[in-house]
Amino acid sequence: MSDGAPSRPESAAPRGGRFWSRMLRALGPVLAALAVGALILLLLGRDPLVFYGDLFRAGLVSASGWQGMITRLAPLLLIGTGFIVAFRAGLWNIGGDGQFVLSAAFVAGLAPAVMSSVSRPTGLVLLALVGMVVGGGWTLLPALLKAWYGINEIITTLMMSFIGINLANLLIKGPWRSAETTVPQTGAVPLSDLLPRFGGTTIHVGIVVGMLSVLVGWYVLDRHAVGLRLTILGANPRAAVHAGLHVKRIIVVTFFVSGALIGLAAAVEILGVWGYMRADWNPGFGLALFALVFLARLSPLAMVPLAAFYAVLEIGGHEAARRSGLDYDFILVLIALVLLFLAVSQLLGSSRDERRGLATRLVARLNPRRQP
Amino acid sequence: MSELLSATFLTALVSGAILAGLPLLFAGLGELVGEQSGILGIGMEGYMLLGAYAGFNGALYGGSPWVGMLCGVVAGLAIGSVVMLLSVRLGLDQVVVGIGVILLGEGLTSLLHAVQFGASYPRLGEMNDLPIPLLSRIPVLGESVFSQPLIFWAGIALVFMVRWMLRSTRWGLDLRAAGEKPRALDAAGVSVIAVRSWAVLVSGALGGLGGAYLAVVSAGVFVAYMTNGLGFIAIVVAMLARGRPGWVLGGSLIFGLCLSVATALQVIGVDVPTDIVYMLPFLAVMVALAAFARRSYLPAALGVPYGRGER
Amino acid sequence: MDVPAVELRGITKVFPRVVANDRVDLCLFGGEIHALLGENGAGKSTLMHILAGVLRPDSGTVLIDGMPVKMDDPGDARAHGIGMVYQHLTLVPGFTVLENVMLGGRGTFRLDRKRARRAYLESAGSLGADIQPDAMTGDLPLGRQQQVEIIKALASGARVLILDEPTALLAPAEVVDLQRAMRSLSERGMAVVLISHKLPEALEVADRVSVLRAGRAAGHLTPDELRNLSSERTREVVVRMMFGDDADALSDLAEVSLPATSIGVRRTLPEKFALRLDGVSATRERQETGVGEVSFEVRRGEIFGVAGVEGNGQRELAEVLAGQRTVTSGVLEFEGEDVTHLGVSERERRGLRFVTEDRMGEGTVSSLPVSINLLLKHVGRRPYWTRGGRTVRGAVRKTAGEIMQEFDVRAPSPETLCGTLSGGNIQKVVLGRELSFAPRLVVYDKPTQGLDARTTRALRLRIQQMAAGHEVAAVLISSDLDELLALCDRIGVMYRGSLAGIVENSGPDVVERLGRLMLGGDRGRAVE
Repeated sequence: MSDGAPSRPESAAPRGGRFWSRMLRALGPVLAALAVGALILLLLGRDPLVFYGDLFRAGLVSASGWQGMITRLAPLLLIGTGFIVAFRAGLWNIGGDGQFVLSAAFVAGLAPAVMSSVSRPTGLVLLALVGMVVGGGWTLLPALLKAWYGINEIITTLMMSFIGINLANLLIKGPWRSAETTVPQTGAVPLSDLLPRFGGTTIHVGIVVGMLSVLVGWYVLDRHAVGLRLTILGANPRAAVHAGLHVKRIIVVTFFVSGALIGLAAAVEILGVWGYMRADWNPGFGLALFALVFLARLSPLAMVPLAAFYAVLEIGGHEAARRSGLDYDFILVLIALVLLFLAVSQLLGSSRDERRGLATRLVARLNPRRQP
Repeated sequence: MSELLSATFLTALVSGAILAGLPLLFAGLGELVGEQSGILGIGMEGYMLLGAYAGFNGALYGGSPWVGMLCGVVAGLAIGSVVMLLSVRLGLDQVVVGIGVILLGEGLTSLLHAVQFGASYPRLGEMNDLPIPLLSRIPVLGESVFSQPLIFWAGIALVFMVRWMLRSTRWGLDLRAAGEKPRALDAAGVSVIAVRSWAVLVSGALGGLGGAYLAVVSAGVFVAYMTNGLGFIAIVVAMLARGRPGWVLGGSLIFGLCLSVATALQVIGVDVPTDIVYMLPFLAVMVALAAFARRSYLPAALGVPYGRGER
Repeated sequence: MDVPAVELRGITKVFPRVVANDRVDLCLFGGEIHALLGENGAGKSTLMHILAGVLRPDSGTVLIDGMPVKMDDPGDARAHGIGMVYQHLTLVPGFTVLENVMLGGRGTFRLDRKRARRAYLESAGSLGADIQPDAMTGDLPLGRQQQVEIIKALASGARVLILDEPTALLAPAEVVDLQRAMRSLSERGMAVVLISHKLPEALEVADRVSVLRAGRAAGHLTPDELRNLSSERTREVVVRMMFGDDADALSDLAEVSLPATSIGVRRTLPEKFALRLDGVSATRERQETGVGEVSFEVRRGEIFGVAGVEGNGQRELAEVLAGQRTVTSGVLEFEGEDVTHLGVSERERRGLRFVTEDRMGEGTVSSLPVSINLLLKHVGRRPYWTRGGRTVRGAVRKTAGEIMQEFDVRAPSPETLCGTLSGGNIQKVVLGRELSFAPRLVVYDKPTQGLDARTTRALRLRIQQMAAGHEVAAVLISSDLDELLALCDRIGVMYRGSLAGIVENSGPDVVERLGRLMLGGDRGRAVE
């Protein structure tokens, strides 16, 4: 993984074996993290079984649970696809939070005016475009700096993220502040003007947009020339130049698309769930999804179940934490554990030969005077 | 406008710059050492948060700010050894590990603080200033620069120490070789892994110290996510410093200035919206990068794990 | 003289696909120059890497002065007095010469520069090298850098000095200097080991010869035996040891059979130009040599050689020709068309191809299948991708299979990941890609480097066949003069980023003229 996107190993094992080994590789870190999480719970004097029970009930089983989960899933799928597109090209777009919050602010801020001027479908589409343009636009400066001067995009996207979040707050507290509330927030758009929902549920059509982005993302990345170019750039930037790819163009466009997808996620969230936006609001999907995207080995399809898992954690986590008297940050710790276990799971390799020598390799690698 | 040039404002500005810049100095030096050896220390934010939390608790329960500093260093060493194990010894991807450290630092410290103190935020007493006789009488500079607690002078001394280490010791030579051409170091019979391991530990220790300073001296309190991006600014400072500790000092003070300008303005009664205040340092970073980063120097082997025998 | 300074006993080293060393025995004596010979891939470097502590053998022992020792890492080797000058230099470009020499020395925490300086001047003096200790290593020409490496080994107290293919970096005159240095070091009691696949140079200085073939010890010549054989006979014997039964078939390779001479016969070439450069200069990074005001022409079907000591702009020139480096001034014409500002893709389409030296770092993508690598420069083009951009897997597979067949790429299937192939096969993938789809002119950058004799021969034949009938021209960049002399019609010499001169490959003194140009003499175009 040192030159960009992680490799997508293909083993010679039979298809069935390959599927199970992939499942194991993905589930392993998750289960390990849950186990360590249980330990921490015990140390904090809570009952892990009760906690996890509450978690899964509130997040998945109850009616409000699974509806809430699917609603939560919509923006996650879009953000996840946005990350995958960038990471496959070896571009570390870490500024997801800033892109999300700023796009949300624009969408929420402009929504009252837009929705009262045009028809509902036109308005929704327009606002979605606004979200995409803002999200994509916010990546342009880091993209250009990377493409032209090779400036590390981890720093630049992160800086832009902080700036974006503060800018969003300024806008909400300033020009778009609604006069009707004491707490700073934008004007609200009535439910009837928001994204339509599936009959009888709280699930809005944003989930369809999310699933579509996953499918299109998968298709473009795996079956299309555009995706192949991205992959080449991510796997070996020098080979990309050698192959005659327009590297600068690919960098800028990929960044823009990544940001646009994240901006669309913000639009979907605002227009599907809230209808307005409070100042200082930041759901913080970005950093957490980062782990899941890698766990899915940058495959849009594999990301879906993992994002769903995260959604369950989120929806159920609030409830479970509340019941156990814990802060929600415990969930963040769980996710951090998943990420660290993921890094360890890389060691497990993919081929049987590598796994056979695992113990010897582990010992050998730990020896500072080692050699391959 | 004449108030902008008043002694009050300038003193507040310089004091604030030092207060805000010193954590950057420690973290920046730590980052510098790591980068020179070829380690991309993305997780600095995590080091600082863990150091801040440990430092705060150390000062609170230990009764002295120095105990707090020590605890910060220890916390930094602890997380540094985890990073050392994963990134250096096992050769796992430095970016993934780094971001994991950030998340861990954020989540863990926030969680532990909530468990420990709930919604209350106990404050620490101020650290004692050490006014230097005679020099502390100079207007503006006297009250700000020359009336700093001992830890400030320790920081300045650290700059010279790091500079000396890099240039005039075997360890510094090995470090720079590990960052620029690890194959050369290996062929010369020195363990690249060992050198980088030490570098990561130093990096963690200094990052933890920076965080401890932030909580114990600058703020006097611990709040979740209190570093607020300081770790990343430290990375940028180290990047732009191009291997020179003196530049880390300069960069820290300049960014410290950005961080403290708003508070200083409030002292003379100018009210600036907090959101702009928070934005300033990051805007400054973007400007610095856009203007100067073409000339930033990063060691050739940065971010690439070392494997002997690989061409 | 009885107890060898170093003895390697029963050394075996196995890699995933190949047995690099198979129970090899070797003795090194002080005061001798020991030539370790064999074709590329015979296992010479592996064996010496084991002695230098970089690799650990699967079985076998290393004995120093008759005592078995632990040789686990380069530190151990250094402690036992083994010094190695690697093929790819291990100096830090950003350090001064003195700092590079100080690296790895035992000693105090605080660097004692004064003492190091004294030790440096002593070692440098004994070698006869005049290099300022405060010079920036990266700025020195490669021949000087190599000297620094030797000084470094001397300063650390080496008693055994291993030189791994040292002449690849040197101009002919510098090779002579190196030979002289080796002689003087051995006379002072050092055990000098010369690893080489080039017979003539090695046999000129060797006191003792060991030959490896396919990982096994294939033969040995003691100093007495060498003294008693004529140089021609020696060569015959060694060639037979190197190649076994194939000796006759393969001995026509220039590097093996005869000292460098030209091909003698002048081909008549058409008037039309395939490639024309006029005053071309290109962008350059800080540490690079770059390309400055280069002008030359290549006629249709001509094989134009580019010689020069490594690091004089050859790599940059190749990039300019391929379209990977922006031209800042001058004109580049291909088949009559101005392509100066066209990119890699457009040039490739017109038949201008580039076989890069860096097969794995640039020429292929290890994590992608062979089939995609073979079509790497065709991404998005019909019929492998539809107009909408969808991948047409069937077409990709079919063409990939055909190319693999023609170029003898050994891999289980076109879907095999390229990174799992052996080095030689990866080169064949690069060749398969660049030489298919109707090439018109191919730029080769060190195409036979590291390849075994059989593959090398096949490739050289292919280059010649393609050029016959004036079909496909070639620009052949190589640091191997013998190769250039065997194949090229004319040879240009790069020096400090420009063409020091162009020499017609005929006549008795071609080597001499090339050698002078490689060191910067004879400025201005010298086309006869």
